[in-house]
Amino acid sequence: MAEFFNMGGYAQFVWPSYGLAAVVLWLNWYIPRKQHEKVLRQLKRRRKVEN
Amino acid sequence: MFLWFHKLGSPPHFYRIAGKWIPWLGWIFVVLLAAGVYGGLIEAPTDYQQGESYRIIFVHVPAAWMSLFIYMAMAVCGLVIVVWRMKLAEVVLISSAPIGASFTFLALVTGSLWGKPMWGTYWVWDARLTSELILLFLYLGVIGLHNAIDDKRVAARAVAILTIVGVINIPIIHYSVEWWHSLHQPASLSKFDKPSMPPSMYVPILIMALAFQVYYGLALFQKCRAELLLRERNSKWVEEL
Amino acid sequence: MSARLSLLQAFFFLLRRDLLLALRNRAEYAVPLLFFVLVITLFPLALGAEPRLLERIAPGIIWVAALLASMLSLESIFRSDFDDGSLEQILLSAHPVGVLVLAKVGAHWLVTGLPLLIVAPLLAEMLGVDARAQPILLLTVLLGTPVLSLVGAIGVALTVGLRKGGIILSLLVLPLYVPVLIFAASAVDNAAQGFDVSAPLYMLLAFLFLSLSLSPWATAAALRMSAS
Repeated sequence: MAEFFNMGGYAQFVWPSYGLAAVVLWLNWYIPRKQHEKVLRQLKRRRKVEN
Repeated sequence: MFLWFHKLGSPPHFYRIAGKWIPWLGWIFVVLLAAGVYGGLIEAPTDYQQGESYRIIFVHVPAAWMSLFIYMAMAVCGLVIVVWRMKLAEVVLISSAPIGASFTFLALVTGSLWGKPMWGTYWVWDARLTSELILLFLYLGVIGLHNAIDDKRVAARAVAILTIVGVINIPIIHYSVEWWHSLHQPASLSKFDKPSMPPSMYVPILIMALAFQVYYGLALFQKCRAELLLRERNSKWVEEL
Repeated sequence: MSARLSLLQAFFFLLRRDLLLALRNRAEYAVPLLFFVLVITLFPLALGAEPRLLERIAPGIIWVAALLASMLSLESIFRSDFDDGSLEQILLSAHPVGVLVLAKVGAHWLVTGLPLLIVAPLLAEMLGVDARAQPILLLTVLLGTPVLSLVGAIGVALTVGLRKGGIILSLLVLPLYVPVLIFAASAVDNAAQGFDVSAPLYMLLAFLFLSLSLSPWATAAALRMSAS
């Protein structure tokens, strides 16, 4: 197990690569989702005000 | 079939269909990602020359492929915008830009992290790395120009032109390893030749590439829905949501 | 100006008009040239004027300075026309806008690129560029600076309507300039070392023809978008 995490001594290169990939993929999904929810909230509020 | 495509071009229709597809794409992506990471980190054997550091390839190569693919998709959107002014093409282009920029950034950084153990340096100014860096600047230029113009329909035309003009960079990136003797290795996976790697190594790369493609669809739909809602907030179909 | 000017006459009319305007605004056009010379002289001062070092990096310095000077002068292609309404007149004319754009870009190159070409040999000599490489350097400047004007025009056309267009112009235009820089520097480097220069020179030629044929239309499309 420890060998796996050590990646033959290259752990400092391999894991940050996969980690960065995870972060990048997460952000590109999460941020638009938040934007979408925000716009929906604003629209709902606007409709309430109009009615 | 053509009717379906035509309907898809309408914003409310696309909004709904994209919304339905997102969960499916999400699960397919997770499965492919798991398979790819498992295949890459656990199943694939240790490389004779590079040891375990080569495993970065399973992220680096698919990311680089996506950085090129997404730019080409944007260029096609650009063409559609310039010729037909299709609203959906405008949304797809600008939604793809941050995703493409992210993949380009990922390719550059993972490549750099791989370069240190493999070549002894984090960066070298060879043709492929430099042109990939230029690609990142092109993406950022598209995002910047779009932000700078207030009228978003006019902004779409501007970035469409910019994207089309920047397309010249793509063949330069792709063929740079052939045209110049550079540090970056030439392609081991090409469409027509047998790969120079064993299947246990190239199959996870392909799985990861597929996973990233599905992810692109997922992230794109998510961003497009947000953009569409924002742009069309005063239109009738949004009122009816 | 009669609406019945032929295309050729319109082309030369616009060319002459821009050259005349440039002549009357000599200061505005002298600045990029001075900038070019100044930037180049900064390098020996900063790096310690050792001849062998300078000789090796001279082609690169000259070309980078040319890029920067070109970017400084780009705004002048369309900015004043945009401000006083002549841009709309050009867009409304019966002649194909691409050809008129070519006239304006031609004037720009005559006023900015050509002076660089004239001054470059002097600077090359001062930096100690190898005698074999000097004619190649001039050739690259001759082939490359029109590309800078042509491609730069696209960038200006895209940003001329923006408030802070100048800043984003640099961001847009530099990535597009890089291929020219790479091949020009490569050609001069090869010449200095006695290697074959035909490959990068052909690429520069290709860029020249590509931009001559395609960039006026991209510029015209961008202008229409900016003026709308």
